[in-house]
This record gives sequence, C-alpha cells and structure tokens, in this order.
Amino acid sequence: MSTTNDSAVRANIGAMEAKSSEALNALRIAIKNVDFYYGTNKALKGINLDLPDKQVTGMIGPSGCGKSTLLRVLNRMYDLYPGQRAEGAVMMDGENILDPGVDVNQLRSRIGMVFQKPTPFPMSIYDNIAFGVKLHEKLSKSEMDERVEWALTHAALWGEAKDRLQASAMGMSGGQQQRLCIARTIATRPEVILFDEPTSALDPISTLKIEELIDELKHDFTIAIVTHNMQQAARCADQVAFFYLGELVEVGTATQMFTAPREKRTQEYITGRFG
Amino acid sequence: MASDAEHIVKSYENELNRLRGLIANMGGMVEHQVADACDAVINRDTEAGTQAVAQDPKVDEAEREIEQFVIRLLALRQPVAGDLRQIVASLKITSDLERIGDYAANVAKRSVVLQQFVLPYTLTGLGHMSRLVQENLKRVIDAVGVGDADEALEVWRADEPIDQIYNALFRELITYMMEDPRNITPCTHLLFIAKNLERIGDHATNIAETVYYAVTGEPLLGARPKGDTSAYAVVRPAHD
Amino acid sequence: MSATISRGQIPGGVRDMKMAEQLSRSRSRKNMIAKTLCMSATAVALAFLAAILGTLFWLGFSGIHWSVFTQVTKPPGSGGGLLNAIVGSLIQTVIGTAIGTPIGLMVGTYLAEYSAGSVLGNAVRFVSDVLLSAPSILIGLFIYEIFVAPFGGFSGFAGCLALAVIVIPIVVRTTEDMLQLIPTALREAAVALGAPKWKAVVFVCYRAALNGIATGILLAIARVAGETAPLLFTSLGNLNWSVNMSEPMSSLPVTIYQYAGSPFDDWVQLAWVGALLITFGVLALNIVARFVLKPRS
Repeated sequence: MSTTNDSAVRANIGAMEAKSSEALNALRIAIKNVDFYYGTNKALKGINLDLPDKQVTGMIGPSGCGKSTLLRVLNRMYDLYPGQRAEGAVMMDGENILDPGVDVNQLRSRIGMVFQKPTPFPMSIYDNIAFGVKLHEKLSKSEMDERVEWALTHAALWGEAKDRLQASAMGMSGGQQQRLCIARTIATRPEVILFDEPTSALDPISTLKIEELIDELKHDFTIAIVTHNMQQAARCADQVAFFYLGELVEVGTATQMFTAPREKRTQEYITGRFG
Repeated sequence: MASDAEHIVKSYENELNRLRGLIANMGGMVEHQVADACDAVINRDTEAGTQAVAQDPKVDEAEREIEQFVIRLLALRQPVAGDLRQIVASLKITSDLERIGDYAANVAKRSVVLQQFVLPYTLTGLGHMSRLVQENLKRVIDAVGVGDADEALEVWRADEPIDQIYNALFRELITYMMEDPRNITPCTHLLFIAKNLERIGDHATNIAETVYYAVTGEPLLGARPKGDTSAYAVVRPAHD
Repeated sequence: MSATISRGQIPGGVRDMKMAEQLSRSRSRKNMIAKTLCMSATAVALAFLAAILGTLFWLGFSGIHWSVFTQVTKPPGSGGGLLNAIVGSLIQTVIGTAIGTPIGLMVGTYLAEYSAGSVLGNAVRFVSDVLLSAPSILIGLFIYEIFVAPFGGFSGFAGCLALAVIVIPIVVRTTEDMLQLIPTALREAAVALGAPKWKAVVFVCYRAALNGIATGILLAIARVAGETAPLLFTSLGNLNWSVNMSEPMSSLPVTIYQYAGSPFDDWVQLAWVGALLITFGVLALNIVARFVLKPRS
C-alpha cells in the first residue's frame, strides 16, 4: 500500500474507531416467540430474535436447522404453500406482519428477498428491474429510467449493464445475474433485504464482490443473510445467530461469537466438531 | 508487506490499513519514549525522563488494543498468505515494541538515580550507543510502515556494532569500578542502562526479522549476529 | 473407516487382466449388435416416410395448377379446383384453434399453478388425457348430438366447435407441462417482489414458458388441420362456395374423402393434390415450430 504519513494515519484511526464500535443498533424487526409448522412437523421452536437496524444479521447452523425457514417467515413466503403455518409475532414498526389482515404484497415490497440461485426473469435487464417497481408505483418513463439506473448502480452493475439495458437478462454470467436479482430487489426501495444463501452458487471472486456489495447496502437497508458458510457470516455479519434443530442456540456480535462463544454447542459447531 | 491490488471487500482493506496505522502509532510512541529516556541519561533532562516513564502505560494499552484487533481479524477474516503473515507479524512486533517501551522506562527511572552523582568520566560511549540504537529503531519502524524487506535486512545486520560498543562499555565500567569503590553505584546503574539499550537493539533486530518474513515469506536464515561477548568477559585489575 | 486395506486383501483377489479384456470384448460385440439393430429400424421408418412422401409428391404434383387455388369444386369433368375447401379448412382451423386455445391455456394454468394435487385437479387432468386420445369421430358425433341435431342443420360453426374440442386437451397438456418445467425459484422471485399470484403467472411464468406453449399450439393446429371424421358430422362439406358459418362448409380432408373414393379420374387427381397440400402445410407448420420459435430462448 502507499506510505502512511502521520496525520493521515491518525485521521484514519479516528474514523475507524468511531465506526468500529461493536455495538448493535436499535432493532428494526423483532421476532417474538415464533413457531413454524410444516404440516404437523414443528420446524421452529419459540424463536426470539432482534434484527438491528441497518446492520447485517447472519444466520448459521447445520442443514435443516430452520434458518431458511425463519427467513421465509419474515416475508410470508410460506403463504404460497397450504400445509405451512407460522405462529407468534414478527413486529415491524409496531405491526405484527404475521397477522392475516396484513397486505402481503405491500409487505413484500418492504421486505425483499434474494434467492440462492440467480433467477432473472426472461425479459430485458430494464424490464427485470422495472417489474417490481411497476407492481407498487406509477412512475413516468424518465422516473423509471432513473430508478433503474439507481438500482443498477447500487448493485454495482451499472457499468456493465448501461449499454445493454434492452438485452435479455439471460445472457449474463452467474455473478452478474445475482447482482441483477439484487438490483431488482432494491428497486422497490425495501427497508429490509433477506439473502438466502446468495453466493452458494457462485465462484469465489463473484462471492467476494457480493459480500462487498452487502457491506455497501447495509448503509441503507437492514439485512439478514442465511449462509451455510460460517466464514461468510464471520466476514459479513454484525450480529450472528446460531440455529440448531429449530432452536436459536445463541446470538451475539460477530466478534464475540467467533472468538468467545458462550454456548458449548456454538463452540463445537463453529470449530467444526459437529454438524 | 502490502500487495499492489486492493482487496475486493473495502472494509477488510480498511481494517488492514487500520492495523498498519496502529502499529505505526505505537512505533512512534516507543521511539519518543526511547529518545526521552536517552535524553534523560545523557543530557540529564529530568523532564524527558518523566515523560518516558509516563508513556509506558499508554504503550501497554496500545499493545492490548492491537492484540485484540489481531485476534478479531484472524477470527472474522480468515486471512491467508501475505495478509496472514502481515497480521501475525503485527502481533509479534507489538510485543517487541512493548518490551522496548519497558526497557526505555527502566532506563528513564535509573537516570533519576544517576543525577545524584557527579560522574568523573564522560558518557560518550553510552551516548554513541544510544544514538545507534535510536537510529536502528527508527529505521526498523519505518521498514514496518512501508514493508521494506531490504531495509529490515540492513537493520538486522546493524546490530553488531551496538553489541561491540556494549562489550567495550562493559569492560570500561568494570575498570572504573575497580579503580574507585565510590564509582560502583553509578557504574552499576550505567551497566544496567547499557544492557537495557543493548536489549532494545536486540528487540529491534527481532522486529527486523519479523518484517523480513512478513514481506518475503522466507525466514531470515543464519544465526542472528550476536556480538555480545560480555558473558565471557574477564577484566583483571591493572596492578596485581 | 480408519482401517487401511492393502490391495491383496480386497475380496476377489488380485485384478485379472485377461478376464477384464474378455468382458470388454463381449460388451463391444453387444454394442455393435444393438447399434446395427437401431440403425436398421431407423432405416425402415425413414423408408416408410420416404415412400409416403414420394407417392404423394409423384401423384399429386402433376395436378398442381393455378386453377386449384382459384376455382371452387365443380362437378366431374368440368375442371374446377379446391378453393372453397382450402378456405373452409383455414376458417374452421383458425376459429377452432381460437376457441380451444384460451380454454386449454386456462385449464393448463389451473392444473399447473393452482390445483397442487387436489382431487379436482387430478380428475380434470385425467379427463383431459382421456379426451386427448379419444377417437375424433366420437367428438364429431358428440357435437352432432348437441349442436347439429337440435338446431336442425350442419354448419361451419359446428365444425369449428368440433375442432376446438380436439385442440383443448392438446393445449392443456402442453401448457401444464411447460409451466411445470419452470423452476419454483422463479415463481417465488416474482412473488417476493410483491406480485400477486396471477401476475407472477401471467407476466413471468407465461413469458418463460412462451416457446413451449406456442409450439404446443402450432402442433395442435397441425393436428386439427388434417381431421376428417369430426367434420363429417358437423360441417358436412359443401361442393359450392360458402363462407357462411351457419351453413355446411367445405374442408380439405372431407373433400379428399369425397373425391378419392369416387370413380372420376379428375376428382381422384384433385384428391391427391389436396392430400399433398395438407401434408406440406402441416410439414411447414412443424418446421416453423421447430426453427422459428426455438432460437428465441
């Protein structure tokens, strides 16, 4: 790196110290005593978890522990499948989003989701991004253009996409498609973004680019990320929650979880001694 | 110690920079501490002596902070290759710097006692030695900052003259002590001061080895030039 | 898992190279035999196809004149063409498809997106499959009973209905199959943006399945273009020019049926021409389905 001169170093340290405090922000979403059933099978047991505002909460745990299930409770995806139901409350802005009276489509424009496998719609790049926006807002052509540009810029895709907005989205590489899905999700200006193993289908460099993107996005959005890869949670998350067999075993800051976890099960899972 | 390209994840790059900054800061603190301590001895500057002692808790605090930061980096970033070497090197360097700080404080404390004595002999040898030590220390801390393996190698080699001066000083002070028993107290303190300075030089050499490994990935082979033969020194009285 | 096995201790003893070679040679022989049988079967099938096309071409081509496309059917011996038959076929095929396709689309969508294993869904699927393989003459009789007899007359519209009933199960099957091929993740992605289910289906799933569904529709058209039996009981055929939907309407297959069995040479010749037209029309539609639609994906 370049030489570090004294005053620049001191300014840098000062700024870093202001931001590096390990404290978690006030909560954005409070998950209260949530149970989840696949038919008669109870997949989540009494989950209590707070998601801090504009920070990343990572959810880790072995296969089948319920972390993806919890994520899908947050945007009521389970509504699509008749045998699945959730009990308990998820409070956001004083409202319980699990309440049947809630407008689910509105909810999903405020809580977006990015899936494991990139799923571009069979349309042009522009239309992909406009799709979600058109569902909830009426924008003029120039406003829509602006929104598309904004979304692509904040997904670190504008440079690569600006010259081929009308080209089919199916012609992009895996990493680009996933960033397109992210752009599509943020275009509706949600408050919360849910990532369900967003990089497990991508190569290491694309993965790092998405992790950098998540780092940027958390300035504007509250983020929850489910990941099989503990190291990814260590790199990305401010708060980490460890799930096992449908229960929330432990939750804490990333530093605390990965240097000195309190629960034995957490320690064993993280060090690779089971799971 | 640094690569040319930036890491894709900016926050990681920032953390590595912060680590460099913390080490540079601590290095600066310790340099000042050593300079103040030497001032206190050679120039009988009590104010400098007080400063050197007062710095010590801050240096210890810096070491703790860097240690915590390194552990966090290792846990959360899974560094490999050059990044891993740099981070582990930081851990070792901070420990060496803390020891240097302790020695400097020690020297400063002894300087207070020394001032009670009028010395019939000059401290040019000691002054020369302290200048060499301070120069080596400065060079190695600069080498840490920019990741200069060649400079580190030079510093590693430059310890030998310091050891030789120390040997000469050792014999000189024993001679003074044999001449006149009233010299024993000040000379003993001076001996310890010289030893502390020599140890500071050794720790600077340690840091140089660590820097070399962190930058090149190769350990500095060959025996560290240890020129300190005071362990075998025998001084017989001139008359007898 | 922790015990190490030396090669000599694996059950079966040391590898026998001779036996391995023998087995390999025997496998190669079997491969050769199977390959030969497959190629012969293919040759036979292609031979039949070539024979049919060849015969059609040989007998039909010589009859192609402008008059075929410009003159209506006339009594034997006075020349004439197939204009009313061609136009009648076109009208009935297009309208029949236009009626049957939306119904088939909606049923197929219901089965793929909304039924999810329900009893009603399974029943509908079963009925649709039965209808798919039902003899088309039964369909013709059915339309005769409910539309021709009560209203007292054969009509072009009845013919369209009969063709629509044949089109429906084809489109249902294709639509359901194509929609089921779409990964769940794509549907969920649309829903996760806040789209109500019907919008996710129409704007995302249909677009993704568009090629497959369009191919299915084209194949349905190709199928009904050549149906004779249902039209016999519904539009009956008309030797004069008529585009009146409430009157009997001519069509190519029916006309061929009438002409081919007749003792008149010129009528038989026209029948061959008609057969040639249908065959190559269907062939052209299939080529369109294969080449024009597929590369769009």
